[in-house]
Order: sequence, then C-alpha cells, then structure tokens
Amino acid sequence: MIAIIDYKAGNLTSVKRALDFLGQDSVVTSDYSEVIDAERIIFPGVGAAGKAITNLKRHRLDQAISEVFDNKRPILGICLGTQIVMEMSEENDTRCLGLIKGEVHRFPESLTNSDGKRLKVPHMGWNRVRLKRRHPLFEGVETDSEFYFVHSYYPVPSLSEEILGETYYGAWFASVLLSKNLAAMQFHPEKSGRPGLKILANFCKWSGKDVE
Amino acid sequence: MLSKRIIPCLDVRDGRLTKGIKFRGNVDIGDPVQMASYYYEEGADEIVFYDITASSEGRDIMIDTVRRVAEKIFIPFSVGGGIRGIDDMRQVLLAGAEKVSVNSAAVRDPQIISTGAEFFGSQCIVLGMDVKKVQPTDQIPTGYEIIIDGGRTYMGIDALEWAKRAESLGAGEICLNSIDADGTKDGYELELNRLITSNVKIPVIASGGAGTPEHLFEVLSDDRADAVLIASMTHYGTYSIKEIKTYLHNKGIKVRMNW
Repeated sequence: MIAIIDYKAGNLTSVKRALDFLGQDSVVTSDYSEVIDAERIIFPGVGAAGKAITNLKRHRLDQAISEVFDNKRPILGICLGTQIVMEMSEENDTRCLGLIKGEVHRFPESLTNSDGKRLKVPHMGWNRVRLKRRHPLFEGVETDSEFYFVHSYYPVPSLSEEILGETYYGAWFASVLLSKNLAAMQFHPEKSGRPGLKILANFCKWSGKDVE
Repeated sequence: MLSKRIIPCLDVRDGRLTKGIKFRGNVDIGDPVQMASYYYEEGADEIVFYDITASSEGRDIMIDTVRRVAEKIFIPFSVGGGIRGIDDMRQVLLAGAEKVSVNSAAVRDPQIISTGAEFFGSQCIVLGMDVKKVQPTDQIPTGYEIIIDGGRTYMGIDALEWAKRAESLGAGEICLNSIDADGTKDGYELELNRLITSNVKIPVIASGGAGTPEHLFEVLSDDRADAVLIASMTHYGTYSIKEIKTYLHNKGIKVRMNW
C-alpha cells in the first residue's frame, strides 16, 4: 500500500487518480501509523510552506516522514513536498524537515532568458529535465520528455551529488533531488502525461536504492 | 525553457459538447470525456472546458463530467463558465480540475479573485476576459473595453486596467478573448495580446480568431502570448494538434513535441 500524505495542501486527489489509473493501491491519509506502516509514501502538495509545516506537525506527520526515511522505505516528494524536505524555505521563513541539506529560494523578479526578455514568475508550464545520471525512476523516460511545473520557489541543495536532474528557467535549478530512498521532484508527474505516469509507475516498484 | 502551450477549448452544455465534433474519419463525438481523452492522446498541453449550462441540474452533470475526465487525462485542465463563488470553485477543483476560470462574476465582484487565490492558490485562478475594440475615451484609454454576459453587456472598464487589477488581486493567468476576432478564423487580435502580455507578469492565453497554424505562430512569436486557445481548427479535423505543433516547432517556437 502506498500512503499519500494528506496535510491539507492542495489537490491530493490528482496523485491518487494517477495511481488508480496505474492500478496501484493507495490511500490518502493523515494518520501517523498508517504512514509509518506504508510500503512507500508520496508527499505531494501545492500551497505555502509555512502552513504546510504547521499542518504536518499537528498530525506528527513530520516525525512519520522522518521515520519512513530512516527505515529506508521509498519516499517521493512532489512540488511543495520537494521544498518541505529541505532545511529552510524563504517562503514564510520556514524551518522545514531537513532530510536534504539546503534551502528553498524564490525566483528573482528580474529573471530573464538568454535574449534578455523578462521571465514570468511563477514558472508555470511544460519544461525539460536534464538528468545528471541514470536512475531507476527515469527508466524508459525519453530525454526530450517535458514535465508540468507550477512554482515560484525552487530548491537549492547543498550537496551537488543530491541533484539528479536540472531544469533551465533563466538559470539552471535543481528540479529532481535524490537522497538515498528519498526522491523529490519540483514538477507534477501526475499532470505530466505519459512520461509523468512512467515515473510514478517506476516509483511504485522502486526499491529505494540508486541501482535496482 | 518553457514550451508554448496549445490548449483546445471544449464548450459543454448539460454534460454534452454543444456541437457534435467531427474528426477526420467522420467519427461524431459528443461526449466531452472521450473528446478530452482524444486531445490528451493527441498532444494537447492543457484542456479548457467552458460550461454554458444554465440549470443547477446541468451543473451537477458538469461536476460528474469533470470527475470522469480527471480519471482519464493526466495533464492540467480548467473549467470555466458559471463559476460564481468559492463553493463553485471548490466543487470543480475537488472533482479534479487543475484550474477554474472566472469571467463575468469577477467583473461584478472582483473579490472572487482574491478570495479564490487565498483559498486555492493563484495558480488555480484564471481570469477570462472578453474584450471589444471601441473608440478610445478617457474611461477606455486603450480603446479596448471589457464586456460580459457572453458579449452582451459593456462594462465601461478598460481592458488593460482590468488585467492589471486582476493580477494584483491574485489571478494566476489571463485568458484573453477578443470578441471581434472570435469566430472569424482571421487570426488573433495581435495588438490586444501585445498590449496585455507586455503589461502583466502573469501568463496570457490568446483566444479568439485562430484559423490556421500561421495565426498561432503570429501570436506566439515575439512573446505576444504564452499559450493559445484553439477550437474549430482542430474540432472539425481541419488540422491535428500534431500538425500544428510540427509547424510551430519548424518555425522555431518551442512546443512540447514528445508526449
């Protein structure tokens, strides 16, 4: 069973529907024991970091996620879920879970592309991911695939070896992070068509190790 | 970099497409769920449903339609038409839509934008604007006026002023429909798109007037729009999304080619 962590942050049903489509059993839950007993967990979310952390703590879900991480069960963070696993977010000056070293910054308003044109914030729409190495989660995903992003903040991990993929939006930023059994992506695989569903399907059978 | 989005728009009434849509191969499809799946498979980057149902019974059918669409397609889609408040928004979003679009209701009560953004996040709130070209006046300095109720009521509001106000209230995106260009198949209103896009920071979807892939190129090149809404040019099989995207790709516009 896959536990989709419910901390009242945005549309969790879309991840659930994608897993249903893939024929994977899952449950949307904010129950501590259901989370720590799950075979693997998905940590999605849209919204603001400050409120998210408050809601997680209320249900001891911050503790549950850390336990699952220590127990080496596979964890997938999506969008806000990716930012929350970092140490600190500029959004509401929030102390986060600290499972991955580094901070979350806001895209500068002055962001421009290579020909000097101003870029819009949020970064919203379809963009590519440049992988730094192969990984089981991206098995069968073609390199020119695009993924759906919606965000104004982005993770800046301290350790470059924890960056699995990068995306260009005025500058390169870390769009896929990996720390042992925790994978975290800034885009929405559940809204990214066939390549996104492939990543979710890969996650459902991932052992949590770098190489299968 | 971000790809420009190609967004088919489907008009729905009482859970059915308003016009049976005829594809190549003469398949008549009136079911919005089937149609959405078709466009999803064909490479649409997003889908817009515009609900023109008036009755509350019809609204319930629409929510059910949204739910069934959400089980089948895994790209963002939005629902507009008849969204009057937070409860309408919540219903549509819980049923699985990514975004809701507000138009007339927001002009009458702009707070619906800020309240919606506060509850669900700006990324969920699309402002639909219907705009008509008029003689510039002190009240309408740009010569583009907001009209509502499906093009019937002139509001005495300047389009640019309204776009900026909606942005500051928390709209996440603008769907900019030119009433003059709508249905002409003569191309988008380029001047209007340039005016709005260059004066707001949120993405703008050009709407109204698309007849050929060249029209899409005109409005997408030179950053007059971040996305385009299309309807009849693909609904009746004149073009496929793949043909349109290949054309744009070959002309140097970044579009999502692998889906």
